[in-house]
Amino acid sequence: MNASSLPRWIDIGLLPVLNLMAALTVAGVIIAIIGENPFVAMGVMIKGAFVYDGALGYTLFYTTNFIFTGLAVAVAFHAMLFNIGGEGQAMIGGLGVGLVVLFLDSVLPPLLVVILAVPAAAAFGAVWGVIPGWLQARRGSHIVITTIMFNFIASSIMVWLLAGMLMAPGQMSPETRSFADGINLPLVYEVLQMVGFSVSRSPLNLSFVIALLACFGVWYLIWRTKLGYIIRATGHSERATIYAGHDPAKIIMIAMAISGALAGMMSLNEILGVQQRVILNFTSGYGFTGIAVALMGRNHPIGIVLASLLFGALYQGGAELDFEFQTITREMVLMIQGLIILFSGALAYLFMPAVIRVYSSLRKPTGSG
Amino acid sequence: MADLWLQFALTIDATLRVATPLILCAMAGLFSERSGIIDISLEGKMLMSAFAAASMAALTGSPLLGLAGGILVSVMLSLIHGFACITHKGNQVISGLAINILASGLTVTLGIALFAQGGQTPFLNKSERFTDIVLPFAEQAEHVPVLGTIYKEIISGHNLLVWVALFSVIVTGYVVFRTTFGLRLRAVGEKPEAVDSAGVSVSGLRFQAVIIAGVLCGIAGTYLSTAHGAGFIREMAAGKGYIALAALIFGKWRPVPALLACLMFGFMDALAARLQGVEIPVIGHISTDLILVLPYLLTVILLAGFIGKASPPRAIGVPYIKER
Repeated sequence: MNASSLPRWIDIGLLPVLNLMAALTVAGVIIAIIGENPFVAMGVMIKGAFVYDGALGYTLFYTTNFIFTGLAVAVAFHAMLFNIGGEGQAMIGGLGVGLVVLFLDSVLPPLLVVILAVPAAAAFGAVWGVIPGWLQARRGSHIVITTIMFNFIASSIMVWLLAGMLMAPGQMSPETRSFADGINLPLVYEVLQMVGFSVSRSPLNLSFVIALLACFGVWYLIWRTKLGYIIRATGHSERATIYAGHDPAKIIMIAMAISGALAGMMSLNEILGVQQRVILNFTSGYGFTGIAVALMGRNHPIGIVLASLLFGALYQGGAELDFEFQTITREMVLMIQGLIILFSGALAYLFMPAVIRVYSSLRKPTGSG
Repeated sequence: MADLWLQFALTIDATLRVATPLILCAMAGLFSERSGIIDISLEGKMLMSAFAAASMAALTGSPLLGLAGGILVSVMLSLIHGFACITHKGNQVISGLAINILASGLTVTLGIALFAQGGQTPFLNKSERFTDIVLPFAEQAEHVPVLGTIYKEIISGHNLLVWVALFSVIVTGYVVFRTTFGLRLRAVGEKPEAVDSAGVSVSGLRFQAVIIAGVLCGIAGTYLSTAHGAGFIREMAAGKGYIALAALIFGKWRPVPALLACLMFGFMDALAARLQGVEIPVIGHISTDLILVLPYLLTVILLAGFIGKASPPRAIGVPYIKER
């Protein structure tokens, strides 16, 4: 009996849960070593993520970031490309939003500027994704290394611009001036209040809806269009793509452009949703977390939404740790994230042999095995 | 003119200091990648060992015990990497990434638990660190023109680990290209089935390679916190592991070219620090951000084959599965 003869619910349901449990167990042991009670810490995080006033809004706000970066990683994965440049693509996407708004907000009506800023985020992110794609496809440079380098290059460009020509006059910190009034994505709690629901304040905004639409879009693209089929085919075998009459290099570039565009749109949530100016390091590692999200979500939009929700809850709940404990802080979340990537990514099949053994021994008595 | 010369000598001196962790990590990466294991976890191993070394030195007062702690922790991370990539044939990039993120979180978490100083370790005083070794007659040499400056400012006054780093290049070159172990190591990164059919364990060789990488990263991390710096600061690896990786690629997975690449990247760093806010005649103000981005940019250009061609070991990134 091997992996392929396991039923699907074990492969996409049980194994990811076991991996998550393993990661959380190791994290729990570390918390216990530090001298805190891991169950109390877990309780604090759950309350911080879902129970307190406005907590859910914040959780979904972070979830939005992870959906975008997770989808970005997943689309590239389907073409067997490892895009770890989500961080840089999101930064450059934010730059795109900033440039459009800063140039146009005194000329055009706010609504129009916002409508133009959304595709700008995607377009700028796409450019930052397609260059490594081109380098991989046409020049043979390894996409992992190139995207790592592109993260650093993007970060340098941001420092250079935000501390230089884009820096707000009279400002000491490296950031642009604030956008004109009315240039932001509508906040969910304001919209809900307008229609009569009373909801606590949170930064959750229209980007969440855009993220869910993107999920549907990615599902449709990958599993319901010819392009998606070719992208997956390229991932399995470049030769198959050639026989089918397509240029794998072109497919790689298209996949990376879509991936970069999705990562770039993460900036909508942060820049157009809450900051209303471009700041340094607004991506704060969400691009890297996208890798964990895609791994846990098995590169499927539904899985990605669930994994994003988990990480959104970890981030929001993790912030609560700072208030409740002396010794554990939100960096704990980073540690848990590392463990999750380790167990559900690199050690994804750690439990496979054991699961196969248990499964086949359970099936024998019924006589069907 | 004399002043300019002194400035230059001081920049070269700073170059060596900045390049030391890069050199150690590049050699670490060389062992690992030559054996076929991608190692983007140089960064995380260095960060974790910087923390372990500073903690150990602060708790015991001994920099040597700090070094031992740094190496031990780094090797443990290497073994995790090996367990995931060699034993379980997991994805090497994902495993490396996990280690980097884990190290970021774990250092701060443990730091707060141990020292309650916001993730830093206590300030290490002189006796708890690797201090600069002033070579004999360095003071007198000051008066000798040119050679004296080179001796006093560039050669003398480095700590032990700088010398260890330079020495590691010679050892790496010898081990990888002049010993049986090195021959097998290179073979396992190019054609593991050949090594296997010769009756040598592929996994065994790869584990040895990642352990050596762990030792070297451990020294690099120790250098950061207990030689170059005086204590651990959160995120103090600051991308140096990735620059070292870039230098390794730039040096085409060979020790001496990788060393030169490290020195070049170190020089850019030292130069940027020196040019901060300085007006240069004719050229004017140079943006240090643009100098600091050069290592990444040059690596991208090199990888794209615009200046020579860097081809990695052939079996890199591919887990070895014995044919049955």
